[in-house]
Amino acid sequence: MEIIVCIKQVPDTTEVKIDPEKGTLIRDGVPSIVNPFDEYAVEAALRLKAEKGGKVTVITMGPPQAVEALRKCIAMGADEAVLVSDRAFAGSDTWSTSYTLAKAISSLGKFDLILCGKQAIDGDTAQVGPGIAEHLKISQITYVQKVFGIQDNTVAAERGVESGYELIESPLPVLMTIDKSCCVPRLPSMMGTVKALKKEIKTLTVNDINLEPGLFGMEGSPTRVKRTFTPQPRKGGRMITGEMHEALDELVKTLRDEKIV
Amino acid sequence: MNFSYTPEQEAVKGMMEEFVAKEVTPYAAQWDKEEKFPWDTVRKMGELGIFGTALPEAYGGSGLDAICHAIVAEELGKGCSSLRGIYSVQISLVAKTIAAFGTEEQKQKYLPGLAAGTLFGCFGLTEPNSGSDAASMLSTAVEDGDSYILNGNKMWITNAGIADVAVIYAKTDKNAGPKGITAFLVDRGLPGFSTKDIHGKLGLKASNTAEIIMDNVRVPKTNVLGSVGKGFAIAMSTLDNGRYTVAAGCVGSAQAALDYAKKYAKERNQFGKPIAAHQLVQQLIADMAVDIECGRLLVYKAGHMKNLGQKSTKEVCMAKYYCSEMVNRVAYKAVQVFGGYGFSDEYPVERIFRDARINTLYEGTSQIQQLIIGNFELGMSAFV
Ligand SMILES: Cc1cc2nc3c(=O)[nH]c(=O)nc-3n(C[C@H](O)[C@H](O)[C@H](O)COP(=O)(O)OP(=O)(O)OC[C@H]3O[C@@H](n4cnc5c(N)ncnc54)[C@H](O)[C@@H]3O)c2cc1C
Ligand SMILES: Cc1cc2nc3c(=O)[nH]c(=O)nc-3n(C[C@H](O)[C@H](O)[C@H](O)COP(=O)(O)OP(=O)(O)OC[C@H]3O[C@@H](n4cnc5c(N)ncnc54)[C@H](O)[C@@H]3O)c2cc1C
Repeated sequence: MEIIVCIKQVPDTTEVKIDPEKGTLIRDGVPSIVNPFDEYAVEAALRLKAEKGGKVTVITMGPPQAVEALRKCIAMGADEAVLVSDRAFAGSDTWSTSYTLAKAISSLGKFDLILCGKQAIDGDTAQVGPGIAEHLKISQITYVQKVFGIQDNTVAAERGVESGYELIESPLPVLMTIDKSCCVPRLPSMMGTVKALKKEIKTLTVNDINLEPGLFGMEGSPTRVKRTFTPQPRKGGRMITGEMHEALDELVKTLRDEKIV
Repeated sequence: MNFSYTPEQEAVKGMMEEFVAKEVTPYAAQWDKEEKFPWDTVRKMGELGIFGTALPEAYGGSGLDAICHAIVAEELGKGCSSLRGIYSVQISLVAKTIAAFGTEEQKQKYLPGLAAGTLFGCFGLTEPNSGSDAASMLSTAVEDGDSYILNGNKMWITNAGIADVAVIYAKTDKNAGPKGITAFLVDRGLPGFSTKDIHGKLGLKASNTAEIIMDNVRVPKTNVLGSVGKGFAIAMSTLDNGRYTVAAGCVGSAQAALDYAKKYAKERNQFGKPIAAHQLVQQLIADMAVDIECGRLLVYKAGHMKNLGQKSTKEVCMAKYYCSEMVNRVAYKAVQVFGGYGFSDEYPVERIFRDARINTLYEGTSQIQQLIIGNFELGMSAFV
């Protein structure tokens, strides 16, 4: 079983600042972590490997310092790590990111399963996973809450939808995006931490991947950021206290005055 | 001179920070309140190889250096001193002693389990009537065929109530003073061996402290640790390891107290501004920060010497003496920064303050450290 896990290094804060001129994220001075959802994907991969055997390879596209995120996943127990990094990839949007990752994954050889996080906590689009599946022309199961296992080359999983959940079976290869209710990521072990330091991490540059000209980096990104703005922070709500019937009268009056009802 | 962590030490620190933040700090107050031995967390420490950090790779450890060993104690100390104490005893006082003095058979039998946290150990030196003057112990071991028969009581023994194996010191020759003491590896479950938990402690409530009662315990000769009559020397060498992690743990607890105090000082307003903006509060914070830095440097200096294979008994005593007193000063000041709220178990500085107290007492009181350091400085023993 060859399992690929796509991970992204993200800033360790929910307060991501945006460069108002370029419309991109400001990453300087913020400590970086593995996108929390991706740790769930790594955990799901390690569990499938424990069950079925095989190899877990983590891959990320990002600047050279993203190796730190890869090392964390090795410390958790992943076997191999691949960094896709080149100045030519700068400015990629979700389309060209998923295109580049799909091509990079193909260049690694055969795979049975690709796992992604449900979404990245900085970009938040949840598009890269599905994008990779489309570029590779394989099936996808998004928002996976539970992986039942793999039998006869078929994976069974539970997928969260607004009205409940769906049970899905799909033949391999398949891409799944993993939600937090799927499992609890393990912490890195001491031996894993030491092993990760010594692990050689493979780097793929633009020359190592079979990419069509014009389809990657800024040039290959159809998205144009027109304007970015910080939404007004919400004002705190108002508490209506007092006797129940008086409070209800007050509530109804307020809703009417504000033309809400 | 180099004051930087190596990449390995940096990585161990990062790993431990995450472990403590996720698995220790959120639960420490509850363990303390319930006087609950943190079994789940201790088992996880075993699974993650934390106990094995500084044990040889051949016996299931990671073979990391003395600074990594200190980092583990320091980070555990940040979250929970009881847990740090469990680590110190398991590794510094038991596993490292077996690694240094045990036979190959003993190492094979005990070290992998101690490293994996599937086996627990304790260190039994102190007795009801023999503390600082350890050589005055009354426990005896009398040769009988291929065994020794052990009798006596050990008092205040950390982990004793949960341990699978105890390093026990007893007199094989009552007339030979310190040279008549021998160390034994005593397995729990041997007939005549029992323990009684001690309750009502001021701090370290999540750690197990117990009395050991030995009533004609037959211990095979193969379980003598080191050679007969060398027990006191082994105990002193062991304490050298133990004191080192006590000191490191103190640095961690003190750092946690400072971190809590800084956060609180910025949030609490009095006289129209955060108390952090009052000069006398800044003085408290500055004094805490300097005190901690001094302690940390003493620990790392001792660790550096250990890494170089140099004898570091004096430096370890200095670190243990300084850091154990330092954490009490720092915890006192942290409570001061919190004002009345620091007196309540709603905030962690109250627990840090109580837990700090043990450090100037065990593994040699501050007075004993002063006497050892004094002897090194003056070449004159003041022990009487
Ligand atoms: C116009 C434009 C310009 C941009 N320019 C830059 C730029 O210059 N520099 C920059 O850093 N970002 C840039 N970005 C952001 C970048 O495109 C996104 O961060 C990236 O495509 C991932 O999208 P997301 O964060 O929404 O991830 P999601 O789609 O929410 O992520 C879902 C999952 O996909 C996987 N995944 C996502 N990203 C990666 C990755 N890089 N490697 C491996 N797996 C991944 C993970 O498993 C993740 O959990 C730009 C975006 C736009 C729209
Ligand atoms: C929670 C806890 C856990 C412990 N864990 C262990 C353990 O795992 N294993 C173990 O073997 N022991 C353990 N101990 C015992 C601890 O090491 C002893 O309490 C300590 O060595 C002091 O001995 P004592 O209590 O008998 O005090 P005493 O030796 O009676 O000392 C009382 C006071 O007299 C002072 N004093 C004594 N002699 C001198 C001197 N020559 N000059 C100046 N002052 C002197 C001391 O400094 C102290 O202030 C533990 C104790 C506690 C409280």
